[in-house]
Amino acid sequence: MMDNTTNPVQTMAEMTQNGVSPEVLFWVGCAGSFDDRSKKITKAFVELLQRANVSFAVLGPEESCTGDPAKRAGNEFLFQMQASTNIEVLNGYQVKKIVTACPHCFNTLKNEYPQLGGQYEVLHHTQFLHQLIEEGRLNIESKTEYKGKKITFHDPCYLGRANKEYEAPRALIKKLSAELVEMKSCKEKGLCCGAGGAQMFKDAEKGDKEINIERTEQALDTNPEIIAAGCPFCNTMLHDGVTNKGKESKVAVLDIAQLLAQTESL
Amino acid sequence: MYLSSILFAVVFFVAIGMFTRNIRRIIRNINLGRKTDRSDQKSKRWKHMTRVALGQSKMVVLPIAGLLHIIVYIGFIVINIELLEIVLDGFLGTHRVLSPYLGGTYDVLIATFEIFALLVILAVSVFWLRRNTMKIRRFWKPEMKRWPKKDADYILYIELVLMFLFLTMNASDYWLQQHPEGQSYYTQAGSFPVSSWITPFFDGMSYASVVSIERTAWWLHILGILAFLNYLYYSKHLHILLAFPNTFYANLNPLGRFSHSEAVANEVKLMMDPSADPYAPPTVESEPLHFGVSDVNDLNRVQLMNAYSCTECGRCSDVCPANQTGKKLSPRKIMMDTRDRLEQVGKQLNRGLEMDNNTLLDNYISREELWACTTCNACVEACPISIDPLSIIMDMRQYLVLEQSSAPTELNAMMTNIENNGAPWPFNQQDRLNWSKE
Repeated sequence: MMDNTTNPVQTMAEMTQNGVSPEVLFWVGCAGSFDDRSKKITKAFVELLQRANVSFAVLGPEESCTGDPAKRAGNEFLFQMQASTNIEVLNGYQVKKIVTACPHCFNTLKNEYPQLGGQYEVLHHTQFLHQLIEEGRLNIESKTEYKGKKITFHDPCYLGRANKEYEAPRALIKKLSAELVEMKSCKEKGLCCGAGGAQMFKDAEKGDKEINIERTEQALDTNPEIIAAGCPFCNTMLHDGVTNKGKESKVAVLDIAQLLAQTESL
Repeated sequence: MYLSSILFAVVFFVAIGMFTRNIRRIIRNINLGRKTDRSDQKSKRWKHMTRVALGQSKMVVLPIAGLLHIIVYIGFIVINIELLEIVLDGFLGTHRVLSPYLGGTYDVLIATFEIFALLVILAVSVFWLRRNTMKIRRFWKPEMKRWPKKDADYILYIELVLMFLFLTMNASDYWLQQHPEGQSYYTQAGSFPVSSWITPFFDGMSYASVVSIERTAWWLHILGILAFLNYLYYSKHLHILLAFPNTFYANLNPLGRFSHSEAVANEVKLMMDPSADPYAPPTVESEPLHFGVSDVNDLNRVQLMNAYSCTECGRCSDVCPANQTGKKLSPRKIMMDTRDRLEQVGKQLNRGLEMDNNTLLDNYISREELWACTTCNACVEACPISIDPLSIIMDMRQYLVLEQSSAPTELNAMMTNIENNGAPWPFNQQDRLNWSKE
């Protein structure tokens, strides 16, 4: 596990003070900072970054919501206020490269900040981890626990359709020598978990089913041992779905970073 | 022959005139929307249109419907080549005027048209069966009642009738070509692999009656085509024309990049700039009257063209997570409502009437529909001609929040949290690094 005493996570402020400029800024996001399930994803990802000896920093108390849920809820004003504040901080530190484990932050930073003066190379953590493995900086050796295990991957809308990244997370699952099984709706046709567009923060409109239940049923139809996710919101929605179906002791919902962190490095 | 040429010219020009008037109305209505600049990336736009509209790349995502559609689409284009000759014959009082110039090629062409006519008949029949006898969900949604349902069937009937008329015309022609009396006028031309099967039905009839059958079929066929041309404006079938500009002017940005508001950007700049003069006159000329969209004239022109281009196929609503789980939202209905409202506004303009007090918001699209969207982009991805219902939903949400402050209570709480402590939940921004110490 992560050892905070010997290898603390440093903030941009601390690094700058020491005259160091990190390779990459890890944008933790609100879920990754505060939500209990998502904090595990954050820690798993940090563990992998440290294992790969990546020099990284976080913004810590200087980080603020990207404004994604405000924009999707229709509050362009609040979104732009958040974006302007964040861009001022990021540009102040001359940040060039950002990695984040949240596809909503990823999409907003990558696609909606440039028009407001924030130009960065932005990567989703599955893309970054895939690069690290390809470059030989991160070694993944799957313990036998994943061998032949059925894992299905749920495409986050803001990573998949919104940014056409379907392969990086799948390539990582294949590295675990697990059996990747696809759901009825996947990739371009992937079904939303129900949390996007600020739905995470409100009850659904009247209907005959919750979206996360529909999606969880599609996932369970593949008889997986693990449902892999790449987004803290999807993770929560699918976990709730699995619990609702009484399958939480049989089927785990885990972020890809969590799957990789449980492997042993060579 | 002289009289029929005059008659043909009159009918033809009236039909074209009416069609032109319809097209002008569509252009005028689309221009009621806000300007939007899509003049960039010309070569990428041509490629996108070629691939998606001309090449039907997204149609084949559903293989059965896609294949049938491609048959009807190619059939439509190919058989329209024959239309050139029919129109020339109509004006000149000639018969198969192109045949002497094309020789053997003419036979090949006519044979090709006939084979496609048969394929179109088969494909359209399957379309009808799919729509009327099979429980394909997207054809039975609430918005597909009344006119939209009838419209879909009418198009199939018209196409069937036109193909039968075309084949009857050829079949009787072929019979007359072989008749001793007909050889002066009905020159030996064309090859009729399909309609020659119909020809034997005329055996035993008099020369004069077969001539009248041939003439009737010829006239009904061209009249039918001209009528169909004028039907387009009232129909979802307009996509056969608008699919092309619609894909050309499509949004080519990553689907996750939602539209940027320059008007809001200016406001924010003013707020964040300590030296800004709050009383200075606005520098941007076309300052909008309000933020977001409440009616069709707040939408941009591409969004309005989207509405006219929609064929109501329902692929968008079929993949919509909200629609799949029984919510009111249907992206197809968003497009249909937009077109209905735009037409309503257009009609009032045509008649010089005072505008009604209705708006797209509330009178056509309810708030419940707008708030059910997860912004997942499945509808945008699924549309075979690059229509973007999501952008309309987002622009209307913007109106609700920025102009009416009427977001659902929980969303207001979320936004207050972001404003106060930089997160959608009520946690202290100073605690953002606590996870690293836990």
